[in-house]
Amino acid sequence: MKAKVYVTLKAGVLDPQGQAVSHTLGRLGFEEVKDVRIGKYVELELDETDEARARERITEMCKQLIANTVIEDFRIETVAG
Amino acid sequence: MRFGVVRFPGSNCDDDAYHVVANVLAERGSTGAIIWHKDHSIGDVDALIIPGGFSYGDYLRAGAIAAHAPIMAAVKEFAAAGGPVLGICNGFQVLCESGLLEGALVRNHSLRFVCKDIHVVVEGRPTPFTQAIPAGRHIRMSIAHAEGCYTHADVARLEKEGRVIFRYCTAEGEVTPEANPNGSVANIAGVCNAAGNVVGLMPHPERACEALLGRGGEDGRMLFQSALAWQQGTPARVGG
Repeated sequence: MKAKVYVTLKAGVLDPQGQAVSHTLGRLGFEEVKDVRIGKYVELELDETDEARARERITEMCKQLIANTVIEDFRIETVAG
Repeated sequence: MRFGVVRFPGSNCDDDAYHVVANVLAERGSTGAIIWHKDHSIGDVDALIIPGGFSYGDYLRAGAIAAHAPIMAAVKEFAAAGGPVLGICNGFQVLCESGLLEGALVRNHSLRFVCKDIHVVVEGRPTPFTQAIPAGRHIRMSIAHAEGCYTHADVARLEKEGRVIFRYCTAEGEVTPEANPNGSVANIAGVCNAAGNVVGLMPHPERACEALLGRGGEDGRMLFQSALAWQQGTPARVGG
């Protein structure tokens, strides 16, 4: 089974990288951009076929290492096969 | 007093910290030992220093991989037993990632790596590394980091518990937004745990221990001298 993990800064935590990208997009003429938040994308390949169990394990991985839950949120997507 | 300095792959202030405790302060009864990250025991030491650098190349997040290195179980055990632990720069990031300190260090507001001399005011509850420094004393050290912006979900509680130990200030000791080099909440440069024995800070005291090295002077010695006085149980006042 494959899984995708999206790690994003919590709402409230300032994202200077996102701000810099937002300003530059504005300068390039993309005036509709109101806010940009930058995060991380992690692909995992697991030796596991049960989705519920995979999610449970990945949640634990995120809490222990992949995300810093003090400042980041995470979202998990599993892909069968 | 024997200071153990933990060396991770990518640590680059480990030798500087070792030099201070093993040579600069030797005549005050200080000795040092380097501890390898793959070890499972810290050996016979009285205090630990988690040094600066780029442990594991700052992969994932600064300090995130080092926080799970084999040696960290022994570091946590030592800290839980009340042993003094000082995290400097990347070491501060490692202590936050490992849960030994609260909060997190994120990208500087400027998005730049900032390398310069700064001043911090010493305050908060007594810790082994600051108990001999008069409260309100401001000291000069250098910073060199890109992820030094301290963030915490409940700064008011941290302040109430006296756990803000260092705060960026001007050369005159005033805590102003201009004196904040990285956007840290409430100008926080260093904090301690609830028990006070684990301290982390972004500035580099080990780089400010010999007048020969740059313009920083010797203010950084105060932290190590404070720990020596704490260990010896003698009331002392350093840098007075």
